[in-house]
Amino acid sequence: MIKRLISRALSGVLASLALALSTAATAQNEPIRVGFLTVKSGALAAGGRQMEEGLALFLKERKNTIAGRKVELFTADTAGQPAVTKTKAQELVERDKVQVIIGPLAAFEALAIDDYIRQAKVPIISPSAAAEDLTQRKPNPWFVRAVGTSAQPMHPLGEYAAKTLGYKRVVTVGDDFAFGHEGVAGFQRAFEDNGGKVVQKLWSPLNVADYGTYISQIDAKADAVLIAFAGANGPRFLKQYREYGVKLPVIASMTSVDEGVLKNMGDEALGVISSGWYTAGIDSAVNKNFVHAVNQEYKADPGYYTVGAYGAALMLEEALKKVNGKIEDKDAFMKALRSAAVTNDPRGVVRLDDYGNPIMNVYIRKVERSRDGKLVNAVVKTYGGVSQFWSYDPKQFLASPVYSRDYPPAKNLE
Amino acid sequence: MGFWITQSLNSLALGGLLFILSAGFSLIFGLMRIANLSHGAYFMLGAYVGLTLLQKGVNFWIAALAAGAAIAILGGLVERIVLRQLAGRTLSQVLATLGIAFIIADACLWIWSGDPIPLTGPASLRGAVPVLGTHFPLYRLGVIGIAAVIALALWLLVEKTRIGAMIRAGVDDLDMARAVGIPVKALFTAVFCLGSALAGLGGVIAGPILSVYPGLDADMLPLALVVVILGGVGSLGGAVLGSIVIGFIYTFGNALLPDLAYVILFLPMVIVLVARPRGLFGRIPT
Repeated sequence: MIKRLISRALSGVLASLALALSTAATAQNEPIRVGFLTVKSGALAAGGRQMEEGLALFLKERKNTIAGRKVELFTADTAGQPAVTKTKAQELVERDKVQVIIGPLAAFEALAIDDYIRQAKVPIISPSAAAEDLTQRKPNPWFVRAVGTSAQPMHPLGEYAAKTLGYKRVVTVGDDFAFGHEGVAGFQRAFEDNGGKVVQKLWSPLNVADYGTYISQIDAKADAVLIAFAGANGPRFLKQYREYGVKLPVIASMTSVDEGVLKNMGDEALGVISSGWYTAGIDSAVNKNFVHAVNQEYKADPGYYTVGAYGAALMLEEALKKVNGKIEDKDAFMKALRSAAVTNDPRGVVRLDDYGNPIMNVYIRKVERSRDGKLVNAVVKTYGGVSQFWSYDPKQFLASPVYSRDYPPAKNLE
Repeated sequence: MGFWITQSLNSLALGGLLFILSAGFSLIFGLMRIANLSHGAYFMLGAYVGLTLLQKGVNFWIAALAAGAAIAILGGLVERIVLRQLAGRTLSQVLATLGIAFIIADACLWIWSGDPIPLTGPASLRGAVPVLGTHFPLYRLGVIGIAAVIALALWLLVEKTRIGAMIRAGVDDLDMARAVGIPVKALFTAVFCLGSALAGLGGVIAGPILSVYPGLDADMLPLALVVVILGGVGSLGGAVLGSIVIGFIYTFGNALLPDLAYVILFLPMVIVLVARPRGLFGRIPT
């Protein structure tokens, strides 16, 4: 009798153990469900397409398997509109049951879903959105960034402009929205801390029809013009800038002369010095393979968006490997994601700081014509291990207001 | 001094572009009583068609005219196939043009990808010329000239020809025009073709300044609306004046009071709508 009881209990335990093991096994066999918020329609579609290309290339290289598990990708088109982004994020999480999201493209989209991400507790890796406070004053425990902040490459550019280029007085022109404001602010701070002066600040509306108004205001006695544009505006500005016969050298933010737009530009871009965490011209084996693969697949050089999505996928892979593919254990996965150090990224080593933002190389680049006549961003200097706080103390940095149109204040306007 | 001269020339060049864009919009609005919300899309499509021709090595001016012709044909088809079915139902027609605008925008994205691409202007108009002690791009001076030629040609067409008289009659009183035997249906198609052609041509002319990119349509349409509301629907003189006024307001507004650029742009429109609903030169209320 007792024997029978024991054996029954034992078999019960064994059965439940087997059941538990088998569910674990099925979970491990089931594909990882990855949500991807991109933009396929509207004005931002070019960037969205490049993000898709970066991610598609990664999945192709990995034969759709990360850390031993198949990947099922759910792609959603946000149209670049915050309200749609929110709906799509909800669909991905609630209908498609995705376990991690890569996306969205624009900072205002990331801000629109910030609350929802906190509430749904779904890990999200930003392949593009660069708004400072997402990893500064308002960090989200579920959010990490595969790319840098708006100002991250602009601090080194400020130092480079003052110290190496020897500029004393610079005019800035930027898109009149957060990405432009933050970029110019970062440049101004580092430039002025190194003895330079920003003598004129011009802001043009994102969808301004004509840059002639702004170009003809530029102080011809300044040493250089700094531009901070996104999307179509960099090429549009530069084209008109040259037509007005302005002779001042141009220094630029990463996206103003990004590979994504450079391919359609002409001589107007030549000589522009810019700063970014990537250029197709990085001389490393990893990057050469990456550029070659992108050239083969898409007949274009990778830029901001391509490498952003590719880097986000690498970061996901790194974290998944650490937890042996067990994305179901959210907290362990999130911890692994936050401590990820990616060594096979085309940009160089990328590791995250305490706020979920990459510490990585920043490259000073110059637009040149390669031997086959293509415009490229050639590396002229590398700043290693640049953080979003640059050389400033994070505590003090975070205690001051977020970079904006008016902060840091422009004290040297003429 | 240089500032004022350059900005005034900028204003005139922008005004010229706005005139080429909005003259057709105004004629269609005046005659058919519908705000053609696909006008911005025709402008963008014209620029893309011109771009493709330029990339194939076609001369800039021929590319501009060919793009105008292509868009004219498209406009004619839209008028015949879609708008005519909805004759007399103004709201439905306006909504149909909005739908067409979306379709064109998506088709452009599909065909030309979303990359922003500048159009290369004609070689003869490259570079900057000294103007009263400052430099100004030659192409923009060219745009002012082109706009003036188009304005003159349209004026001759509307004021001095038989078809122009019919258009004017139609704008003033459609029923009466019909009653006296003017072939209103054919006139609608002709004017829609003409308006579309101007939009397509304008897209190419604007290309070297604005580039072409997804969203160009939505950036330009409101400007055409403002010009036409300010100048008066269906009036050529109104379109000329409205374009120049908006060109100056837009340019100087952005230069002098950048924070209020849009207020300065749209405030005159609101004031005109309230105080003089016909617009400055209009014959019919908007």
